[in-house]
Amino acid sequence: MMERIKYLAIKELIQTFRDRRRRILITISPLIQLFLFGYVAILDVNNVSTALLDLDKSQESRELARRFEGSGYFTITALPGSPEEMGHLLDRGAVLVAIQINRGFSRDIKKGVPAGLQVLVDGTDSNTALIAMGYVSTIVGIFSRDLPAPAGVTAEKAYFRTRVWYNPDLKSRNFFLPGVIALIIMLTCLMVTSMAIVREREVGTIEQLMVTPIRPLELVLAKMVPASVIGIAQMVLVTALGVLWFHVPIKGTFPFLFLCTGVYLLSVLGIGLFISTISKTQQQALMASFLFFQPAVLLSGFATPIENMPQVFQYITYASPLRYFLVIVRGVFLKGVGMEVLWPQVLALLVLGTAIFLLSAMRFKKRLA
Amino acid sequence: MGLLRIKAMAQKEWIQIRRDRLSLAMAFLLPVMLLLIYAYAITFDVNEILMVVYDQDKGSMSRELSAEFTRSDYFTLVASLDSYEQIDRYLDSDRARVALVIPVDFSKRIRTAKPTSAEVIVDGSNSNTATIALQYIAAIGEQFNRRQGLSPASPTIEVKNRVWYNPELKSRNFVIPGLIALIMSVIASVLTSLTVAREWDRGTMEQLISTPVKPVELVIGKLIPYFLIGFADTVLCVLISTFLLKVPLRGSVGLLFAVSAIFLVGGLSFGLLLSTVTKNQVLASQLGMLTSFLPSFLFSGFIFNISNMPVPLQAFTYTVSARYFVSVLKGIFLKGIGMRFMALEVALLSLYGAVVFLLACRKLRKRID
Repeated sequence: MMERIKYLAIKELIQTFRDRRRRILITISPLIQLFLFGYVAILDVNNVSTALLDLDKSQESRELARRFEGSGYFTITALPGSPEEMGHLLDRGAVLVAIQINRGFSRDIKKGVPAGLQVLVDGTDSNTALIAMGYVSTIVGIFSRDLPAPAGVTAEKAYFRTRVWYNPDLKSRNFFLPGVIALIIMLTCLMVTSMAIVREREVGTIEQLMVTPIRPLELVLAKMVPASVIGIAQMVLVTALGVLWFHVPIKGTFPFLFLCTGVYLLSVLGIGLFISTISKTQQQALMASFLFFQPAVLLSGFATPIENMPQVFQYITYASPLRYFLVIVRGVFLKGVGMEVLWPQVLALLVLGTAIFLLSAMRFKKRLA
Repeated sequence: MGLLRIKAMAQKEWIQIRRDRLSLAMAFLLPVMLLLIYAYAITFDVNEILMVVYDQDKGSMSRELSAEFTRSDYFTLVASLDSYEQIDRYLDSDRARVALVIPVDFSKRIRTAKPTSAEVIVDGSNSNTATIALQYIAAIGEQFNRRQGLSPASPTIEVKNRVWYNPELKSRNFVIPGLIALIMSVIASVLTSLTVAREWDRGTMEQLISTPVKPVELVIGKLIPYFLIGFADTVLCVLISTFLLKVPLRGSVGLLFAVSAIFLVGGLSFGLLLSTVTKNQVLASQLGMLTSFLPSFLFSGFIFNISNMPVPLQAFTYTVSARYFVSVLKGIFLKGIGMRFMALEVALLSLYGAVVFLLACRKLRKRID
């Protein structure tokens, strides 16, 4: 049995890598995804274009403006002459934040009266707006702490010392890039497995295989070999480039990541096999892969946290292998945890994968017979 | 140009569309599905932050401080812990994202007006959620100080934040106008990408060539029925967005549909151009999906800030027509601004539409190669 699987697997490997277009697809697509999530799909808020209207024109107001500019979060791109002009800049979308330092700002500070600062934020992009507002209050807070205390104040405020674990610089790249491993393995494995089987049927060579002594289960196993090899290779490639080029930290162990990738492959290959049983042509297999892939990614926690989705959607995510594997890769990369913490996810993947795989294999066998 | 010939062409196309029931159903179902899935799955709002408390003080003030967290709608207390090791375990396994540690002498120091602090640990893996959580935490600190009547030893600067356009900072209001642009560009190019290639595939192109219909008439005739479908899709999307998803539509509805029509002509012509150049249905539909979805998703400013991208990629975004449409849609929906503030975008969209339309006419030469 092993002998037959071996020869069939060699045939599959040759067939998969012979096609130049497919070779390119397999190597280029992880690179493109890495590049996009390393450089394009970034949610960090830096260099927010800002308008500054300084009505006070004092030493204090100029110092505050310098603090804004120096923080790296804000870039002052416009100096409007009036509040109306400030409004127009926001309307046109030329700036996202407009800061107005009111007249009497420095006088109030010296007198110990609350000094006024007006901040207008374009809320269209709710995410950036919220984060930018937080930066404003942090900068102003530090600014006021650095000023000499007014006379007669004795009470003391309580404050928080905050520590950020796992991703201390809060870079969105560190969050996204490990997830790319999960994404890219799913995308290529789905297409490679489903299309390999469907092509055999389209071309008619499946009948030739059936007259040989090969059993259906052996055929299925052999068909899984190229996609598994590609999946593992892509995992290694993305990990290497992510760590060496994009400087994403990897705190966990590589063998554990390797093991989990293997478990993850079980589910992905099973889904690929399933798609092959419902598609008649390669075109259909491609479409079905995409149709499955889109919602699977959206409902996996890849980009947006599952906790924030409506309850119904949260239940659906339990059926997605991506959900568990994403927790694992992020755990390995950012948290440096292993089996002792991630065993529930590994177990879930194993159960889900086995179930999907067996179900699809049975369906495949029935369709072949 | 003969109106009669255009009309005949459009009628022929319409009959063909009507016969393909499945594709016609897809043309209406796909946008609705995409709109709903994306609208519910992509949310950047953070409102269910799981937290643990390690209260070493167990005094009145420390209880007050943790109550301040649970009183806000953003934090859900999952456990009270007794050691740092337990915090490790909770954060490592994703069972909590935030840990509050209150030191032994917290209440005492506050009563004796000494400076005091509590420690907050935040899981930074998801940089975006973490950044927002940090701000909520800072706001809670302020709230606590105010409630306990603790005034700071530094001058107060009152930051009056005003958020325009989306005052509740709902991420749905941010995502959906851009989403409509994304869906429209995909639908537009998918609708027409098949139409000319199909004529070549079926061999009916030769028949068309033998008729007196001119290329311009052919293009216009083919565009009209798809334009009507695309326009109906737009109306459908806008209706769902405003009535079901409750996104405010503040600007002029007439302007919204006028600009959408301009954008549609560009998108449909682009699909037609692809179809003409490739002469192959499969290739045209795949290219259509790829070249419409990816740029409009990544390079339009739909979610990812263009100002965060490397400069060469920022320059590239100017060639993506969806970029202008996204900013127009956000402007009309949320800002309620008129032509005055978006003249440039509308002009560029019209230019793009005209260029692609002319290219499609030129490429569609009536010749058998």
